[in-house]
Amino acid sequence: MRRGFELLLAVAASVTIAFLVLPLVALFLRVSPAELLGQLGSAAAVEALLVSLKTSAIAHVVILLVGTPAAYFLAMRRFPGRDAAIALIELPLVLPPAVAGIGLLAAFGRRGLLGEELTVLGISLPFTQAAVILAIIFVASPFYVRQAIASFEALDPEVLEAARTLGASSRRVFARVALPMAWAGLSVGSALAWARGLGEFGATIMFAGSLQGVTQTLPLAIYAELDRDFTTALALGGFLVVISVALLLLVRLLPGWTSSTSISLFRFARSSSGSTSA
Amino acid sequence: MALGAERWFDRGGGVDRRPEERPVGYLFQGYALFPHLSVADNVAFGGRRRVGELMERFRISHLARVRPAELSGGERQRVALARALAREPRVLLLDEPLAALDAETRSIVQTELADLLAELSLPTILVTHDFEDAATLGDRVGALVEGRVRQIGRAADLVAAPADPFVARLGGATLLRGVARPLGNGLTELTTADGVVITSSDPGAGECAAAVYPWDVSLSRELPASDSRQNAVRGPVLSAVPVGNRLRVRVGPVVAEITAASADRLGVAEGGEPMVASFKAATTRLLPATAPVHDA
Repeated sequence: MRRGFELLLAVAASVTIAFLVLPLVALFLRVSPAELLGQLGSAAAVEALLVSLKTSAIAHVVILLVGTPAAYFLAMRRFPGRDAAIALIELPLVLPPAVAGIGLLAAFGRRGLLGEELTVLGISLPFTQAAVILAIIFVASPFYVRQAIASFEALDPEVLEAARTLGASSRRVFARVALPMAWAGLSVGSALAWARGLGEFGATIMFAGSLQGVTQTLPLAIYAELDRDFTTALALGGFLVVISVALLLLVRLLPGWTSSTSISLFRFARSSSGSTSA
Repeated sequence: MALGAERWFDRGGGVDRRPEERPVGYLFQGYALFPHLSVADNVAFGGRRRVGELMERFRISHLARVRPAELSGGERQRVALARALAREPRVLLLDEPLAALDAETRSIVQTELADLLAELSLPTILVTHDFEDAATLGDRVGALVEGRVRQIGRAADLVAAPADPFVARLGGATLLRGVARPLGNGLTELTTADGVVITSSDPGAGECAAAVYPWDVSLSRELPASDSRQNAVRGPVLSAVPVGNRLRVRVGPVVAEITAASADRLGVAEGGEPMVASFKAATTRLLPATAPVHDA
């Protein structure tokens, strides 16, 4: 009977892997590498690539600059409502992207919550590249912030206290001790957030539309090409897969590059193992 | 909290200096070295002026480029000390400096630390659970129980005249709890719950604890001639543990520390022949009983 159970487990694993791999395999079987590269030369593809790279890069910089201090604050301080705050930050993770899109419109659209204030300033956000950036930030930042909070929380408090006794101000402790020590975990969160941002579709299409050369990111371009030229869509899809695999490899290899394990004997700080769970 | 004329903390006066503004050299129990920095960078973190000199003094110059993860316990401690001193502190706080070391390293480091403290002559507070460390390294020893100081004085005074049973136990005594009554001849008799009767030259009455130091106890096979000034407790040998070149023997409720030679001569063995533990009334301290303190 034992054998039967083991077999069942193996079958479940095989089916899962097969199902997840099938679409990717199909993608590359339908399109040869030569066709793939050829299609990438088309105007639509190049523009989509540029839009994707530009918007995801800017979004990512914002996520890092604002998210890192925010995560540090949430990781280090205890205050009433902290749990709620963290839950709110994690909300976009489970929110359907379409809902995110509608929400962004409701907040920043012309008739939205901040619509009037923005119009007065001469800013109209929907269907602009800025909108793409906002959408990416909204859906991708929780991936980074959550991982950053976990990384900072895993730091040995004794080492941070030691820095204070050595004359370092809170700011110096953050820059010279906490940040370098948490680097591996932060890098993992960063890679995952960037990958998520690159692949964002629902919120982007609703809030920013799919204007070629302006707001049409790679995922949106794939959707657009679906009816027009399936081969181009496949090529773009293949390209995105390659980028995603590259990012995944980066995430898997990174903890091996850095060695930020605490050597304090009584509080063992885990180095990031590449998972997003806190 | 003040260092000389500098006030560091004064709730009434509204003074609360930030930790980085207090010139304290703090040695953490786990050393808390920065894992992402080399030894040299660790030491330099508090101040660059004396890095070379300190690394020489602590014999870690050859480890300048090494990361803490690759150091031994003793080496880490030296790096931590050098780092704390690089800040040129005015006070030293050492948290269990010898606890994280293996037995062999410990005794070497204890001597080195004693020399260092004497040389630095900075006001130093050292926290330890080992009375021997405290006695060796400190000028004055304070016994802290549940946040309160029970007694401060020279180590010898804490042993000769403990203020309460906890301090006595800290100094190495075995406690026998019972009810005391004066005998009228300058001696006090204590009867334990198990019916053991001993005398002490200290006054006392009611619920008391008698403190007996292992080195004041001698062992024999036979009961000595009855003498009110001499205590004799017969009991089974519950354990016999070698400590250095001596043997720590538990005979019934009493713990004795005897030389290995004596142990051989008597044929002391765990679970073997019952022995008699003898100790003078004059060396038995009698202390008012306090509520039992949870063992640290």
